Amino acid sequence: MTPAPDVATAVADAHRREWALVLAATARVARDLDVAEECVQEAYAAALAGWARDGIPDNPAAWLTTAARRRAMDAVRRERTLRSKLPLLVVPGATEDDRAADRPAAVEPEGVVPDERLRLIFLCCHPALTQEAQIALTLRLVCGVTTADIARAFLVAEPTMAARMTRAKKKISAARVPFRLPPAAELPDRLRAVLGVIHLLCTAGHTAPSGASLVRTDLADQALRLARMLRELMPDEREVRGLLALLLVTDARRATRVDADGRLLRLEDQDRSRWDRPALAEAHGLIVDGLRGGRPGRYLLQAAIASLHAGAPSHDRTDWPQIVALYDALLVVWPSPVVALNRTVAVSMVSGPERALEEVAELEKDGRLARYQYLPAIKADLLQRLGRPEEASIAYRQALELTDNEAERAFLTGRLARPHQA
Amino acid sequence: MAQYAILIHARTHAEGAEAVPGAREAHDRHFEDLVQSGVLVAAFALQPAGTATSIRGDVVTDGPFLDAKEVIAGLAVIEAPDLDAALEIARANPATWQGGGVEVRPVEGGFVTDRPGTA
Repeated sequence: MTPAPDVATAVADAHRREWALVLAATARVARDLDVAEECVQEAYAAALAGWARDGIPDNPAAWLTTAARRRAMDAVRRERTLRSKLPLLVVPGATEDDRAADRPAAVEPEGVVPDERLRLIFLCCHPALTQEAQIALTLRLVCGVTTADIARAFLVAEPTMAARMTRAKKKISAARVPFRLPPAAELPDRLRAVLGVIHLLCTAGHTAPSGASLVRTDLADQALRLARMLRELMPDEREVRGLLALLLVTDARRATRVDADGRLLRLEDQDRSRWDRPALAEAHGLIVDGLRGGRPGRYLLQAAIASLHAGAPSHDRTDWPQIVALYDALLVVWPSPVVALNRTVAVSMVSGPERALEEVAELEKDGRLARYQYLPAIKADLLQRLGRPEEASIAYRQALELTDNEAERAFLTGRLARPHQA
Repeated sequence: MAQYAILIHARTHAEGAEAVPGAREAHDRHFEDLVQSGVLVAAFALQPAGTATSIRGDVVTDGPFLDAKEVIAGLAVIEAPDLDAALEIARANPATWQGGGVEVRPVEGGFVTDRPGTA
């Protein structure tokens, strides 16, 4: 008998590390995502009892995969007697696996399987699904997060989230969305969607769209795990490296984004000594590597900007001209008004708030950021620095009207109450 | 293999006039390619939307069923192993660059009647 706490820890570890791998291998046999998920869940439940009785296996992933695939085979056999035809998940070359399910899966985790996890990620992020479904399915199928937790993270009722996910899975099987890697010609586009999903998760994790807390560590953790997994599976993709670096830098500052009372702190007010130095060093290495060879992509440039901020000894001694240059490069590969707005902050440090305010005014005229609370917030800050407190107050009020996050609201209210403090 | 319907949507335009010069030839060539590669099950080009008559309940009205800037100009049924393959075929449809677009829907079931000797 193995002590119950050890078994529970081992199962929890295996859940965190191997869920995607076990599910991907099982989906190949089950050819139906719901069936596969059920079988994997049962396998994890069986592990609790089995490992307590027989000891924790040397290769938990192989044990779980074998157990889940056996169940899937049984389910498929039962299904065959009920229905003659299985439309289901399109798994190229799945037939040879029918027998493999009965064999021990001991050799799998090293061999084909990393590829299968990648297939699972690309399946979840298929462009035929809405972005919301892509995120939800990735969390559920790749990370093993429960539907209840996903619903909570996105502030919807559990039945609502369950219905949305069911709809997405139904489309996968009815429209025969294939469970395979996109062909080389489509890979860049499809990878962009995958990176977008992970980045959105990170953004949602670091600035919750509403609610009391500014940071949702669960989402940010999942994003970082996914980025690490993707980096392991696609080590040569520079944008994957860039995204991982960006997430690491963002995450390294997590602890300092709010003060002891949960109030939002600006970058310049954050305690730099509390930033996670090993994470920043890891990111720096990834960025230096990534910037070698060819034009850097969006995530690599964003990571480089974030890393420059993080590497500076203080806010004032940040390499602002370099940051403006990186923003210029970023605007070329990603012409987004949000990027242009963020650039104005760096411009204000290099060329003064007056010049930056002109650029903010241009963006205001553009109109695309009409509902974006950071535009009036940045404008207010610039006006403040120019010694125009009345106009600053108006801008702060506009920003307040646009934000739903209570930590951000508290910050803006604080700035509004003390308009003469820069 | 699965069957997919490709619903071809085009901008509404004046009766008889082509929205894009050479549009019809491009469609003809596209469908010849589909026939050659053996993926096409059936294809129909429709008369302009102005010739449509719609029935809703017991009310008969002039014009297409949905009032939109784009109308269904034709439809095709193709055979493909999966959605990615179907999308690749659909992407080549000239409607995608002629101001309209296509909708790809899996076919659930259906039949084609065999009518010998009808004219």
